[in-house]
Amino acid sequence: MRMFARLVGAAAMLAVSASAALSSRTDLVLGVVLEPPHLDPTAGAAAAIDEIVYANIYEGLTRIGPGGDILPALAEDWDISDDGRTYTFKLRGGVKFHDGTVFDAADVKFSLERAMAEDSTNAQKVLFSAIDSIEVLDPVSLKITLKQPQGSFLYNMAWGDAVIVAPESADGNKEKPIGTGPFKFENWARGSSVTIVKNADYWGEPAGLDRAEFRFIPDAAAAVTALLSGDVQAFPNLQAGDALAQIEADLRFKVVIGATEGETILAINNGKKPFDDLKIRQAISHAVNRDEVILGATNGYGVPIGSHFSPANPAYVDLTATYPYDVERAKALLAEAGYPDGFSATLKLPPPPYARLGGEIIASQLREVGINLEIVPMEWAQWLEQVFTNKDYDLTIISHTEPDDINIYARDDYYFDYKSPEFKAVMTELDATADPEKRKELYSQAQRIIADDAANVFLFQLPKIGVWDAKIEGMWENMPIQANDLTSAHWVD
Amino acid sequence: MIPYLLHRLASAVATLLLASLVVFAVLEILPGDPARLMLGLNASPEAIETLRTQMGLDQPVVVRYLEWLYGMVTGDFGRSLTYSSPVIDLVEERLAVSLPLALMALTLSTIIAIPVGVFAAARRGRPADTVAMGLAQFGVAIPNFWFALLLVYVFAVGFRLVPAGGFPGWGETWSSHGQAFQALVLPAVSLALPQAAILARVTRSAVVEVMGEDFIRTARAKGLPQRIVLWRHALRNALIPVLTIMGLQFAFLLAGTIIIENVFYLPGLGRLIFQAISQRDLIVVQGVVMLLVASVILINLMVDICYAVVDPRLRDGR
Repeated sequence: MRMFARLVGAAAMLAVSASAALSSRTDLVLGVVLEPPHLDPTAGAAAAIDEIVYANIYEGLTRIGPGGDILPALAEDWDISDDGRTYTFKLRGGVKFHDGTVFDAADVKFSLERAMAEDSTNAQKVLFSAIDSIEVLDPVSLKITLKQPQGSFLYNMAWGDAVIVAPESADGNKEKPIGTGPFKFENWARGSSVTIVKNADYWGEPAGLDRAEFRFIPDAAAAVTALLSGDVQAFPNLQAGDALAQIEADLRFKVVIGATEGETILAINNGKKPFDDLKIRQAISHAVNRDEVILGATNGYGVPIGSHFSPANPAYVDLTATYPYDVERAKALLAEAGYPDGFSATLKLPPPPYARLGGEIIASQLREVGINLEIVPMEWAQWLEQVFTNKDYDLTIISHTEPDDINIYARDDYYFDYKSPEFKAVMTELDATADPEKRKELYSQAQRIIADDAANVFLFQLPKIGVWDAKIEGMWENMPIQANDLTSAHWVD
Repeated sequence: MIPYLLHRLASAVATLLLASLVVFAVLEILPGDPARLMLGLNASPEAIETLRTQMGLDQPVVVRYLEWLYGMVTGDFGRSLTYSSPVIDLVEERLAVSLPLALMALTLSTIIAIPVGVFAAARRGRPADTVAMGLAQFGVAIPNFWFALLLVYVFAVGFRLVPAGGFPGWGETWSSHGQAFQALVLPAVSLALPQAAILARVTRSAVVEVMGEDFIRTARAKGLPQRIVLWRHALRNALIPVLTIMGLQFAFLLAGTIIIENVFYLPGLGRLIFQAISQRDLIVVQGVVMLLVASVILINLMVDICYAVVDPRLRDGR
């Protein structure tokens, strides 16, 4: 009898879900790994913040589209002076913040000046470093003057760190974000989820969903069961591991492998002996078999890279053949550098699976040429302190997830301690160049310099393994910026 | 009884003070700068310095310790560095999950364990005892996260009777209470199983020991039925070790359930501490650990009082 009751219950439940499928759904539950510390993208670097609010709640002057291109957002149009120093933006009229206050040029001036201010904790202050002055011409026009021409200015303004906020609500954005986007913040159940709902007063194309919930699921096994049980209908980036094959075989789901901006590298402490010797770094590059690492660390989904640059970028140059896998060549280089019998070093690994799995493979590959690596696993805080801040390391594996970040090789005192006046000169020139063709040329020079110098071992571009219900359309395939833009996500029958 | 309680209270305060010193010192020597963690890889040094000042991390250690201590005495546990909301609010939110879950698991494990333990003790050495204790052994040996995943696959993925995880919050209406309760069923079962197994074994050995005492022989000699001998005389006298274990289990269930919380992605206390540690949210770690120390001391005190209730000889305060 009890068994019968359970069957009836199950049948009733099936009937319910079947009838629900007949009309298009307008709600969506997305699974994300990390809970953000707060919801203000202008006051923290955590990718988890942008993954919820970017393009959904907040908008900037410009925005990054699904293909990585710069699109107009709150700025409808702009005019760049011939010397590349003055940008005149024409803003959209009739735009309202979620609390009803009207958006105008003064809000833009406020937001940018707030981010640039002395006491600002904006994690990407460098985005605004070229700005000299901001002048409000009228409520929908704004003139920004730069100290020197900056080719990447419109791109910089598209970052989550440069979104436009209102002076009336800016201080409360960490808890209750107020932006101009197609979704409004509804609720944050700490430790559990953030819910956003459709903004009925949106200036642009209205959202295709009435409600979206970002649910925090840190455990990979739990993510898979949440998907299979239907509790969660989309994982923009699923850490499924071995379970992916099972999901791919399931017709209820779509698996979309895309690219991120995450250049994953075997970082080398360039300032430390013996790694300050180019021959040693070349030997390490020759000793690493990139394909094996990609297979082991990303199930084969990572895209090989030969420099610190995304293959999705139009200026990308394929340099993967600079130092091909060649054990003999690696041994010869080691001998030339005075280490015929190799040496010992440490490999410090942060927690993500790509680092832990990749590290073991690389350690065994380097052992082939006589370099014995002691693997030291560490948690994030420890890694940031020892490796990133104090440069107390030999080798490490890490993914640099910020978009367009090749300029970190020009930073003094950065953790891999790479010093190249030539590279710096190229970056300075790039910074002052607005002409797209010239910029492309400079980008390719920059990629070549660090590849030839074997500054680090460039491994692969971190894949984005998107998994969602087969009836959902409009999700991003690639991740040109850290975001889960839901503006065009919707259900189809 | 009063001097006994006063003595216990004084030792509780001393324990708390000692714990606060240990907790603070350990977190102080832990590597990792919270400001750096919050701002990420590409943050500029100026931004990090500004944030450090805002968070008060530039103050000397002793000043920070004393301020923290003073705050706790006045009921102020500080504000979370990452969440920027008061620690006490965070704990309250998490307790809404952890406390009901711990109570459900403890109730369930007690309901299973005590009868099984008494039953096995009464049939000591016979096949029923062997089977019951074999099952208990099995329950201790099964990793609870594995058992939890199994439950999820059967009841959430297979039958779709309960959600695979998450916690919708208790809400206002009866139906939302029901949903919240449903979300806690599988976690409670997976937590209760190993606890029940341990408790059953303890109950059995305690009852077996008491069964050899003179007063049991006396009870039997005056012709009491086996049922009364077992439940009234034997179990009651065997309860002290059982209560001790239950006290320990409750303290564990309150905050030591991080693995089960991860499997079901429940926003419980265990995950709050874990997240706070990895984000170096020292204020939260300190505050929550101190609250837990306090609750463990309180639970022990309650267990002590329960001893006195079940065993009148202890009421004189010896």
